[in-house]
Amino acid sequence: MTQPVLDVRNLVKSFTVGDGIFDRLRFTGGKLLAPPKVVNAVNSVSLSIAPGEVLALVGESGCGKSTVAKTIARIHAPTSGEIRIDGKEVSCLNQKELRPVRRELQMIFQDPYASLNPRQRIKDIVIEPLRAQSDRRMSSSDIDAEAIKLLARVGLNAEQANRYPHQFSGGQRQRIGIARALSVRPKLIIADEPVSALDVSIQAQILNLMMDLRDEFGLSYLFVSHDLSVVHHIADRVAVMYLGFMVETASRDQLFATPRHPYTQALLSAAPNVDKALRKPQAEITGEVPSALNLPSGCCFRTRCPLAFARCAVERPALLPQRGGGSVACHLHDTVPEAFPT
Amino acid sequence: MAEPLLDLRELQTHFQTFGGLVKAVDGVSFNVKAGEIVGLVGESGGGKSVIGFSILGLVDPPGRIAGGEIRFDGRDISKLGEREMRNVRGRDIAMVFQDPMTSLNPVYTIGRQMDEVLRLHTNLDEAARRIRCIRMLEDVGISGAESRLDAYPHQFSGGMRQRVVIAIALLAGSRLIIADEPTTALDVTVQSQILKLMRRQVQETGAAMILITHDLAVVSEMADRVVVLYCGKVVERGLTEEVIRSPAHPYTRGLLDSIPRITDRQRRLRQIPGTVPDIRTLGAGCSFRGRCAHAQPLCAERSPELAPVRGSLDAACHFPLQETL
Amino acid sequence: MQRLLSSEFVHNYRHNIPAVLGSLLVLAFAFLAIFGPLLVWQDPYDVSQLELMDSFKPPVWLEGGHPRYLLGTDGQGRDVLASIIYGARISAFIGIAAMACSCVIGTILGLISGYYGGMLDAVIMRVADIQLSFPSMLIALFLMSAFGNGIGMILIALTAVGWVVYARTVRGSTLSEIQKEYIQAARVAGLSDTEIIRRHVLPNVLTPLIVVSTIQVGSFILIEASLSFLGVGVPITEPSLGLLVKEGFDVLFSGIWWTSAFPGLFIMFLVFGINLFGDFLRDELNPRLR
Repeated sequence: MTQPVLDVRNLVKSFTVGDGIFDRLRFTGGKLLAPPKVVNAVNSVSLSIAPGEVLALVGESGCGKSTVAKTIARIHAPTSGEIRIDGKEVSCLNQKELRPVRRELQMIFQDPYASLNPRQRIKDIVIEPLRAQSDRRMSSSDIDAEAIKLLARVGLNAEQANRYPHQFSGGQRQRIGIARALSVRPKLIIADEPVSALDVSIQAQILNLMMDLRDEFGLSYLFVSHDLSVVHHIADRVAVMYLGFMVETASRDQLFATPRHPYTQALLSAAPNVDKALRKPQAEITGEVPSALNLPSGCCFRTRCPLAFARCAVERPALLPQRGGGSVACHLHDTVPEAFPT
Repeated sequence: MAEPLLDLRELQTHFQTFGGLVKAVDGVSFNVKAGEIVGLVGESGGGKSVIGFSILGLVDPPGRIAGGEIRFDGRDISKLGEREMRNVRGRDIAMVFQDPMTSLNPVYTIGRQMDEVLRLHTNLDEAARRIRCIRMLEDVGISGAESRLDAYPHQFSGGMRQRVVIAIALLAGSRLIIADEPTTALDVTVQSQILKLMRRQVQETGAAMILITHDLAVVSEMADRVVVLYCGKVVERGLTEEVIRSPAHPYTRGLLDSIPRITDRQRRLRQIPGTVPDIRTLGAGCSFRGRCAHAQPLCAERSPELAPVRGSLDAACHFPLQETL
Repeated sequence: MQRLLSSEFVHNYRHNIPAVLGSLLVLAFAFLAIFGPLLVWQDPYDVSQLELMDSFKPPVWLEGGHPRYLLGTDGQGRDVLASIIYGARISAFIGIAAMACSCVIGTILGLISGYYGGMLDAVIMRVADIQLSFPSMLIALFLMSAFGNGIGMILIALTAVGWVVYARTVRGSTLSEIQKEYIQAARVAGLSDTEIIRRHVLPNVLTPLIVVSTIQVGSFILIEASLSFLGVGVPITEPSLGLLVKEGFDVLFSGIWWTSAFPGLFIMFLVFGINLFGDFLRDELNPRLR
């Protein structure tokens, strides 16, 4: 079996929130304490991506999908867990030790307006990861040539290389962001909601471009999105997150044909659809995502789940492998199939 | 036939910027009947939000309404003064904005913000106003309405805030609600709840609604009729079902094709090439011609007029698409 | 250049009368400070050029005025206009140099504070808070009387007063910039912290500093003038505008008003011009007002 490009085991990321130490001071049992207020944004998430594979991470706002992405890209440091990129454990490396890892892993960001430095020329932006790798031994003509090549690959022309980001539209900026990620020829690109800020017609262009690049360079993607229909087009496998937990993983076809977790079902049926025939009677879920500061006991989804029963409030369901592939964290699906090798 | 509640005729809204005159809305005509939901669809830069602001008389300099009529209930409200317009806003026409985080004032309680609308636009006494507010919050699905009146906006989640905004819009019994991307900032499971709520409220109160959105899927589930905008002009309009099933304008077709669908087996999306042109440098001819697969020499010479194509469909295209089914 | 001239910035500038007036004033003063010595016939600090006989001549338009001394002379027969021009050079030098020093130091501290946060941030910002709780005049006065005077000391005193504004401004913009995705992108690109600060944060926090700096030069010139007026500023051998006012002040009540009034008016118009221009820059460059 080939080695996965990305292998994440039991990733946990918590943030301390709240303000300075003085806002947290409390008298507890006669002692003055400043307990840290902790949000568990990501709770023991495991995933792996094979070479050339596209794994989509799906969920609503606040489910921790972006945090997973940014922790793997080591913008945040993980609280615990292992992150292996191309077999190399990176979770404990510091920024300097991470530099060679950046050659394998790059990232595309959500906001095309904030993800490019407004004071840099386009050619400098796209070449930056490469320049960081090559210890500045590149001549400026090499840089220009490489930048123009990269820009051409994403559909921008050479005259545009000397311009600044504000002279481009949202879709063009996202192309620039893709060219930047491509500059070091990484094996894995983490794409954090790369099309959610774009108009529909532009969204299609960017998705097509990303799929072309995958075929051309053998890229793997970790594709973070809230939009299931976008995910359907690009993903090989899908992982659904809710409140920092992974609730279901499955191959694309399986997930869309037979979603098993009630939350996945709700996500699928809640999405508005242009095709009238496809509007299903909705698996109605009510309410909104509870605060991550104050997780419900047991299963996190039970407060909104139409199928919740007594056990859900007591015991947190584990993510268990299922017959026919994939895995689900739900008490309705927690019988391990007998034939399944453990 | 009864006169439509709102009738836009050749509306022109222009912005004088340093780089030149931007015709953000350039001769837009459509109407809305009572009890009807009309969807305004288009991409950013299409002018759809500006239309909403124009109807409410909220276009700030350097923008101005440069021509056309906005007939509401038979009178042209585009020429009303600020004082008269203030009476129309809130009472006759209400607006639901995109961002529920910023459209409520953070320093006042929900109750006070709701009460203000009633105080301005009705003659009810304080107790009656309070009862009305509680009823309205219950109608939009906020439980424990009475105690929630004293809560501040930050104590509500995004979806709840949007419910409050809708409640405020409906309070004074407005006959027209302009909803500008009301669910764009919300999660998909919350979005479907809010959309359902809005549809129910329109049905129950008999109010009309203009739903401004970039999302054709939302429009197709909500609206009775659709108006598709491109570069400040109406490119196509008609009954939602017909527009979605067999659009006559290549832009509408392209928009529909580029929506990712869960049913598609094929992975590549059909895309509209290029980007929206700069409105200031459009010149003569059809503004979509640079991205259109069917463009002919004629398209560069003459701007197409909006004309009936078939059924309920009007399209501004020299070579409208044939029916597909 | 052509692009700059047809830009919105230039367009707005040309339609903003106070801004044009302010910058014309500043330009006129700059011209005087740079080329002034070539325009006046006397070097007021070259004793050989002084005529003691001509002391306390009134301005030329008054009775007893002498056409050689447009604005009159002081007790040693120095031409007031020449003194002002030489004094303006010193004042302007002090204002600009002190601005540059506090800008560099304040920006570095602000970047460190905003980028790294934590303990460093807390220490730097608390020092800044303490600093701000005293009137800046008082701090400068204290430093000058404790450590003696001289232009070098004035620069140190003014920098000690002035860095806080820069540090706070830069820290604020740094905090908002490092939230943006392009900083995260730079980290993913593999840049080190110093490279990120230098290449990404710094260029994006500079704009508000232009405004701060303009206003700062004006207020530094004023503080220096006040210090010199109080006698703890520049030494008598390098008289700035403030010192000229002070020297004239001693004889003011004997009816010789011109030796202090003209340097005073000069300071006023100079700072007025700088502030007018600074206000325009603030309105143009402050993205929150746009």
